[in-house]
Amino acid sequence: MDATSVRANEKILTIITPLKDKPGALLPILHAVQDEFGYIPSAAISLIASALQQTSAEIHGVISFYRHFHTQKSGSYRVEICRAEACQSRGSRILESHAKQKLSIDYHQTTADRNITLDPVYCLGNCACGPNIRIGNDIIGQVNVDKFDRVVDELCTSKVQIQ
Amino acid sequence: MTSTIYIPRDTTTLSLDGEQVAANISKNAAESIQDIRLVRNGSRGVFWLEPLVEVATDKGRIAFGPVKPEDIDSLFAADFANACFDTLSAQQHPLYLGLTEEIPYLKKQQRLSFARAGIIDPTDIDDYIAHDGFKGLAKAMQLSNQKIVDEISASGLRGRGGAAFPTGIKWQTVLNCPAQQKYIVCNADEGDSGTFADRLMMEADPLMLIEGMIIAGLAVGANQGYIYLRSEYPQAHIILNEALNNAYARNFLGNNICGSSKAFNLEVRLGAGAYICGEETSLLESLEGKRGLVRSKPPLPAIEGLFGQPTVVNNVLSLAAVAHILADGAKVYADFGVGRSKGTLPFQIAGNVNCGGLVELAFGTTLKDLIDDFAQGTVTGRPMQSIQVGGPLGAYLTPDQWDTPLDYEAFSAIGAVLGHGGIVVFDDSVDLAQQASFSMEFCVEESCGKCTPCRIGSVRGSEVIEKIRRGDNVTDNLILLDDLCETMIDMSLCAMGGMTPIPVQSAMRAYRVQLNDQNLSTPTHAEQHQSKGGV
Repeated sequence: MDATSVRANEKILTIITPLKDKPGALLPILHAVQDEFGYIPSAAISLIASALQQTSAEIHGVISFYRHFHTQKSGSYRVEICRAEACQSRGSRILESHAKQKLSIDYHQTTADRNITLDPVYCLGNCACGPNIRIGNDIIGQVNVDKFDRVVDELCTSKVQIQ
Repeated sequence: MTSTIYIPRDTTTLSLDGEQVAANISKNAAESIQDIRLVRNGSRGVFWLEPLVEVATDKGRIAFGPVKPEDIDSLFAADFANACFDTLSAQQHPLYLGLTEEIPYLKKQQRLSFARAGIIDPTDIDDYIAHDGFKGLAKAMQLSNQKIVDEISASGLRGRGGAAFPTGIKWQTVLNCPAQQKYIVCNADEGDSGTFADRLMMEADPLMLIEGMIIAGLAVGANQGYIYLRSEYPQAHIILNEALNNAYARNFLGNNICGSSKAFNLEVRLGAGAYICGEETSLLESLEGKRGLVRSKPPLPAIEGLFGQPTVVNNVLSLAAVAHILADGAKVYADFGVGRSKGTLPFQIAGNVNCGGLVELAFGTTLKDLIDDFAQGTVTGRPMQSIQVGGPLGAYLTPDQWDTPLDYEAFSAIGAVLGHGGIVVFDDSVDLAQQASFSMEFCVEESCGKCTPCRIGSVRGSEVIEKIRRGDNVTDNLILLDDLCETMIDMSLCAMGGMTPIPVQSAMRAYRVQLNDQNLSTPTHAEQHQSKGGV
């Protein structure tokens, strides 16, 4: 095991330890791990399993049930587009196909530059102001095609600045 | 003089650049050396006016909206921060709306559960108390368990999550169970498209929910509560946790609530993007750290719920209503509404409307009146064609059905559901067969997979509808679809598979009417069926 993965494992254990004795600890642990790494690294699964006295298969089973959990690293930004009815009635179908075309990817895929991962989401609870998208913890309302382009272009610019 | 300015920090406001509006106001105030106090309240639920900026005056709050970041310079030029009722410059600003209380959208409502929404700082305990908060708890502290449950039963409160089960009966069952450990679980997995009442409650008045949960704990003898919140609500998560911490700091939660030596502990748990976890047994599985597979009933969660213990599972609005019912008495609550639909329901006007938002009214108004009075037409300017009421498992209603009164029984009578009160308006560009297909797709996406009619029926359903849309053997496929829907209704374990046919069949019915209108010579499905002597 190299130094980086040793450090990562230590980090994972510091996340698991204070949570593992909570009743029904698995979801809180998975959230905390994903908040830290942006996804659930495979090393975390066996560590979680042994902390909770479950099998890795059981932990996998739970992760795969929930749309929110990911086992692959995503792009720098996860862009989620609401597919639910209220947004559909305000033009989200057009937005969806525009987004896929602009980014040249389908849902559950990441752009070639690893900047943006596109995902569907079913309702963000902002149904009077759709179409809605979510980027990280920010929800953005009244997103027409032009606004989507503006927002995404800003994400691309900020990536360049960070680099 | 210090001016107090209110800018909400709820999801809707933030989704429309609310944070930038607040920042610009602070910046302008600093530059013009004006002393302002910025309060980040919750939204009043008039979402078409968000970001709604309010200024406190001695006659009440004066509102401006919808405010964009670039409007702040002109608002300061009009001296809006010092607006009083008679300041002409502020009144002449195009975003001036007058006294907030007088905005017709708000004035026409009957707000019981949302009386404080948008008025108070949502996490400030003193502000909550100053607006009648914790009165219900104080009352409950003096009552026996049974008396509290009796009060809830007498109010006629029915579960606001969608199933409308009488809350009093549920509580009585849990109270009657002899167990060391019982739980109160708040179902805040508000996944229905077109609904946002739970979110608004949690973001605008979370202490009311917390108060309701403490009362529920006292009533049934539970000392631990969980709020199961969907992960799509990050802002509600932040605000709820702030409110929770403040309630702990003031001993409204903990092991010695209000110095009574009674205990009630509360924790927010995040879901992870599974619609099915809004079904109560799936939610309990998820809280236990498992896949959200639906459980067979019985046993009822009230008898064997979370970790096998007696558990009250109630929706956010049901628990919030409890605080109000205890404070003002069961009778006041029961006096609102009609028949067996007592109290008020916060309707959520969403989708293709100009004036979307939360409208709390007593049961009994017709859908048509609600839309005429509040929605103010479609954003697209086209005529309304179809309204889906009750979320993704609710019916698509055609204009001839809009006269139905909004109460549980009247909706049930036309094969529709009121559910959680979500109302999604579509204009005449809607392709109803496409919507029907989407309902099946949604079921494919969200089925927990435990029972076959839901897991496989939904996949076959969306295939069949796609064939119908392509004009492929339409008559036979329509019959096949009806048959499939019947199987899903009768054989599914929970509402996911059992109710998906409601939007599917209602949308397909309307679609067939549309087709017949376009081509009068096409025989109806029933006629074709007859001429072929059945299939």
